Parts: sequence; C-alpha cells; structure tokens
Amino acid sequence: MSERLTIAMPKGRIYEEAAELMQKAGYELGADLDESRKLILDFPEQNIRVMMAKPMDVVTYVEYGAADIGIAGKDVLLEQDRDVYEVLDLKISPCYVAVAGLPDQPLSRIAPKIATKYPKVASDYFREQGEQIEIIPLNGSIELAPLIGLADRIVDIVSSGRTLKENGLVEYEKIEDITSRLIVNPVSYRVKSTEIEEMVSKLSEVMEEVNA
Amino acid sequence: MAKRLMFEKPLGMRDTLPFFYNQKQKARQRLSDSILSYGYSFMDTPLMEYHETVGKVSATLDQQLFKLLDQQGHTLVLRPDMTAPIARVAASQLKQSEFPLRLAYGGPVFRAQQAEGGKPAQFEQVGTELIGDHSSYGDAEVIALLVESLQDAGLENFVITIGHIGFVKAFFSDVLGEDEETTETLLQYLYRKNYVGYREAVKTLPVSEDKKQALLQLLTLRGGEEIFGSSRSLARNQTCMQAVNELKQLFRLLKDYGVEQFVQFDLNLISHMDYYTGILFEGYAPNIGALLCNGGRYDALLPSFQLNASATGFAIHLERLVEALSEQADEDDRIGIIVDDDTYTNGIQKAKEWRLQGHSVLLQHRDQIPDVSAFKDQLSKTIDLTAEGGADDE
Repeated sequence: MSERLTIAMPKGRIYEEAAELMQKAGYELGADLDESRKLILDFPEQNIRVMMAKPMDVVTYVEYGAADIGIAGKDVLLEQDRDVYEVLDLKISPCYVAVAGLPDQPLSRIAPKIATKYPKVASDYFREQGEQIEIIPLNGSIELAPLIGLADRIVDIVSSGRTLKENGLVEYEKIEDITSRLIVNPVSYRVKSTEIEEMVSKLSEVMEEVNA
Repeated sequence: MAKRLMFEKPLGMRDTLPFFYNQKQKARQRLSDSILSYGYSFMDTPLMEYHETVGKVSATLDQQLFKLLDQQGHTLVLRPDMTAPIARVAASQLKQSEFPLRLAYGGPVFRAQQAEGGKPAQFEQVGTELIGDHSSYGDAEVIALLVESLQDAGLENFVITIGHIGFVKAFFSDVLGEDEETTETLLQYLYRKNYVGYREAVKTLPVSEDKKQALLQLLTLRGGEEIFGSSRSLARNQTCMQAVNELKQLFRLLKDYGVEQFVQFDLNLISHMDYYTGILFEGYAPNIGALLCNGGRYDALLPSFQLNASATGFAIHLERLVEALSEQADEDDRIGIIVDDDTYTNGIQKAKEWRLQGHSVLLQHRDQIPDVSAFKDQLSKTIDLTAEGGADDE
C-alpha cells in the first residue's frame, strides 16, 4: 500500500492551469474544485488529498510538512526563501518581476522609496545594483504608489504590461522570469520518495510533451 | 516596542512542562544507554564560548549565532552546536589521551530567534563524536549507532539518507576543471535544494553536450545500492572512484551491522556549504516536517584547533525525536496520603514506608486541599488518614 500524498494547490488564477497539468499527468482533480468552498478534498482512488491554499501560503504549508508537495510561483519562493525542494519548473502562469515607475523619473538621490509586495526581492535586487533604498510594503494595487507620490518606483509582477500602461507607468528593468514550480517538503522527499518520484516523473513527461 | 506582558518569554524560547519533561527524560535516557553501550563517554562544555574560536568554526551560520559581550568586551556566543566545543576540548585537554576518542553529549544549543513559529531558538541535541578514526569503519559505527539509538528510543519508522561531499566536489572539478565560480554556483543550487535552478544553470554552461549530460545525470544518483554502478560510470577521476568505493564499503559494513534497511543514498545531498569533507547523512521521520538528526565526517574542524585528526559524528534533535515518538502520557503512579493535625506523624511514617519501596508519595494536609475528590482523581491511589476519610481509599 503506497502512502497518501497531500498536495497544496494554489487557489485562483494558477489553479486552472495547474489542475490541467495534473490531469494530463493522470491525477484527476476536476476543474471546478476552485469554485467549491471546501478547503480539503480527498481522492482515495488516486491516493491523494488536495489542500486549497492561497498562492502565497503554499510554500509555508509545504515547508512545515502540512503538505508533502505544492505548486508555487517562483516569486513566492524568491521572496520567502524557505527550506523546500524545488524539483520541477511547470512553466505555467509565466510572468516576470520588474521595476516600474513614472516615465523619465530619476530615482531620488537621498532615499529612493520602492513600493512592493516583495520586500526581499526588491531589496536584494537594488543592493546588487549598488543602490540603498527604502521599502514601502503594500499588499495590492502597487501601481498607485508612484502615481500619488508615495514611492519612486515599484517592484511587481508583470504579465501583459497592461496595468502598467493603463496607469501611465513604464517598465525600467526586468528582475527575473517567473513560472510555477513543483516544490516538495524535505522530509516527504525522503520518507515518501517512491510516491513523489512517481508524480515527478509523470509531470516531467507531460512537460516534455508540452515543450516538444 | 510594546511593553512586555509578565507571561512573555524571548522569541523562540519554550518552557518544558512536567509531561514533556518526562517524555524528554525518557528518550534522553534510552539514547544515552545505547550510546554508552558502544563505549562512548559523555561530557559537557560551557554554554558560552568565544566568537573568535568556537563561534567562527562551528557549522552554524554567523547570522544564526546568539552573541553577547563579556565584561572585557570580548564577543561571546551561546554554543550553537556541540561539535565545535568538543573539538576544542579534544584538541586541548584531551589531546594526550588515547585516540580514537569516543565522546558523547546531551544538552541545549542555541540558534538565533526566527520570527516564525516551530523554529525554537533553544533545543537539545544528543550526539556522539568519534575523533581520530578516518576509516569507513568509523563512518559505519557512527551510522549504525545512530540507527540503534533511534530504535532503542522507540522510533520504528525513519530514513537515513547518506551522501558524499567528496564525490560531488571531485566530480565537479573533473567536469568543470578549475572553474571554481561555476562549481560554487552549482554547489549552492544543490545546497539550496533548487534542482530547477541547477538544471537551468547547467544548460547555459559553456561546456560540451556530454559534460552537460553528466552534470544533469548527477541529479539521478539517489536510491539504494544500485546507484553505485551509475556513479562509477559518471566518476572519471581517482577521487570520485575512491568516494564511490568508500560508499560501497560503508554499505557493506552497514549490512554487517544489520541496519541497511534504514539507509538510502543521495549523492546530491549537501547539508552544509563547507563543513563536511566526506560521508554525510541526514535522518527523517514521517509526521515531523523537519530534520530529525544529521552528521558526517568533518576533517577540517580539528586542524583549526591545531589537532591533525579526522572525525565523524551525529546529533539528534531531542525535542523532535520526542515529537516523532508521540507517546501516550504515562499513568500517574504517585500515591497521596491525606492527613490532618492528629494524623500527621502517622502520615510521615506511612509515607516513609512507601518511599522505601520505591514509590513517589505526596503527603498533603487536608485543610489545604480545595477539592478532595479532584485531588484523589489525579493520583493512582490515595490513603486518607483523617476522620473524614474513614477507611483507606484504594
């Protein structure tokens, strides 16, 4: 009898793509799971249990071992620096982290302020550039900050660039490409290695087909 | 900062209440019985050490050290592990002793607080150090003893994953030559468990397709003894071959000890960036999300204390072990004797008799008990010597 795997799935935007990938790999989760209010769902015939989590929290569940496996954005992995195995690039929901701001606005020379929901990514990036900056942490609608003079620049996820454009902002530098990753708890990686290996190899096959 | 409320403790610090204390005590006792049975001697070192000495050479990252100043202005650290202090002792007070040394320890270590829960700043490690034996026999003894200790503590289900940092480094130097920067980058990816990053980095390297394939193949070197064959075909230089032979011999010896079913191999395992020098290992148990124990061979530590010796050892995270055991609470086997002014003398006598027979006995004046039946309920047995109690209560 193989051991049951608990998978933390991201609710919202990424869910559909992630579920489709899982389905191609032979794990039938159902596309409408996301709409249900249930947070934990059992699939006894496939020997898996699915937890529906906020994308930002998937990594936390996996690090603490509440879930064996999870699907999480690289942005969250960069920001939170958690002790998990990053085993597979699922190449879904591609976007990138970038620095943006009002056009032709030089950085303030005394204390440049950066508004972001990725304080670590932003400060790491500017430190590498040799700039000392101050972080203004925000949770959403980051684009507001430069418009109302709260910050010189923002560091945020860009997918199509439409939000930036509609608010009259321009992209200054790209920091890093982002896709969703398959992550594994370090203990589960060892004690449930057979089951995890099976899932990873099924998913990698799907990935190869997709990319072929 | 907000004023501290009276019940608060520093971040990451925990109290050990009687129930957990007993569980810990029991696990600690069982571990030390098995460690003693292998001829190891227990010792202890101070909680504080100089940052310049033990702090600098310990395997714990500098930002994780608790630092404080003594009255002369020296920076001190709360010991972050026991290996470095024991190396200090082995290289000084014990250097005239007969080597190999077999030393053991059990005590609290400190790692700087982290804001999140589940990451205590103080925890207890029980472990061993075998100093002055550089053979596979030493590695095997330490791993076998680790397995037996965990079993004796009552843990049935666990896995020890064994790697070899010497193999990985020799393999990289064979494929990448003197390119230390790339070697460092790839090692970092493995250390950070980021296999996606590792694969991406390999793809962009300016080396031949064959070499890229070899670098990617490294990621597949995990499993049972079957990996020795494939590691051999990847290993192209003498040092790699020697590392694979060491692993093979280790596995043979672990079979002799009869503990091979608890081990698996993973040549990507890098527990620490530059501490271990040969075979290294980590242990895990289901239901606890974090590392249970770890260890390995460290040959560079003792030389930094001016003793030229090779050493290997393990450390078990005691609180996590207790969590993994998740044993039921023992029955409270204390006996209570309830007395009043008239029966107190008689009570002392009775209590003495029971204590001589090895029981824990508490003697309690009836006037001080708010609720007699609740008092009786918490004990395995009570004897009421007072007039209200009437006959003995069994």
